[in-house]
Amino acid sequence: MFKTLLINTPAPAFTLPAEPGRQVSLEEFRGRPVVLAFYPADWSPVCGDQMALYRALRDEWDRLGAEVIGISVDGPWCHAAFRDARNLQLTLLADFEPKGAVSRAYGVYDHREGTSERALFVIDKDGIIRWSYLSPIGVNPGADGILEALEQLAQPEAAVARSAR
Amino acid sequence: MNAPSLHPPVGPEDHIQGSDDAEVTLVEYGDFECPYCGAAYPILKRVQQRLGRRLRFVYRHFPIAELHPHAEPAAEASESVAAQGGPDAFWPMHDLLFEHQRRLKYDDLARYAEQAGAQGDLVLNDLDEGRYRERVRESFMSGARSGVNGTPTLFIDGIRYDGPRDEEKLVAALTLVANQAGV
Repeated sequence: MFKTLLINTPAPAFTLPAEPGRQVSLEEFRGRPVVLAFYPADWSPVCGDQMALYRALRDEWDRLGAEVIGISVDGPWCHAAFRDARNLQLTLLADFEPKGAVSRAYGVYDHREGTSERALFVIDKDGIIRWSYLSPIGVNPGADGILEALEQLAQPEAAVARSAR
Repeated sequence: MNAPSLHPPVGPEDHIQGSDDAEVTLVEYGDFECPYCGAAYPILKRVQQRLGRRLRFVYRHFPIAELHPHAEPAAEASESVAAQGGPDAFWPMHDLLFEHQRRLKYDDLARYAEQAGAQGDLVLNDLDEGRYRERVRESFMSGARSGVNGTPTLFIDGIRYDGPRDEEKLVAALTLVANQAGV
């Protein structure tokens, strides 16, 4: 059920492969908000898969100036095939070696399954976690919470009021 | 945790089957090309029959274009049909689209529009002009903000329903809410 993870603390730094031969670091995005979407695995069998939903919302992320990044323990070649097959055009990072290290740093590694949990983090332009959400097992968390959190970040006073709650 | 809730609530802009006085409202966010929505379609029909006048059913668009290239034009075509013929045309079009999910090219859309009582050439013209693109987009965004996480996503009296989508479970869930409304 609902857990608040690491709110108002600096987001743990990381560098992970995005695709074979390309590394991505969190700090590259300093200056604008970043959404980290941890998810268990590529090739989820449902339509309206979480990553497809985020891809479909690209106009909203652009409007809000945010970078949306998916992270799972799948390897970079797996991500590449998944991106191509689903026409995703999202940054997908491979938390592959050492396995799940970044997921663990964010407290969202499922030791029993050996995968990331479904968890969302909204990180502000200064690298501080401002919102997070751990989804119940098997439930795609959707995008409503992310949209709301990003919009609150765009309104500093509202964000302060919210984080004080 | 509260389940995500529907906003905006059901209003006059919506495609509605059933009375405003119904005891319970079921909203579906769907994609005409999504096979899971296609599978849900006959189930929801039976659920509607079983609940009868107690149930109001609402359909909203949530086309995921990256997965389903025909979903967005199909949604726009249904809006064009609704603009021409109102609910009496929209619902037959909705049914035809779900009954022919693998045949949703432009020619097919025009043919279904004719069968639903609208003019196919007007539908194609509206598609070319993107006349209902914004309306479909608004529906999509209302879903994203309401916690739609895939298709189909159902809301019962405005609260997202994450339970099983088989006929018996849906009838039970809707009946429970309807009975509370009747108290």
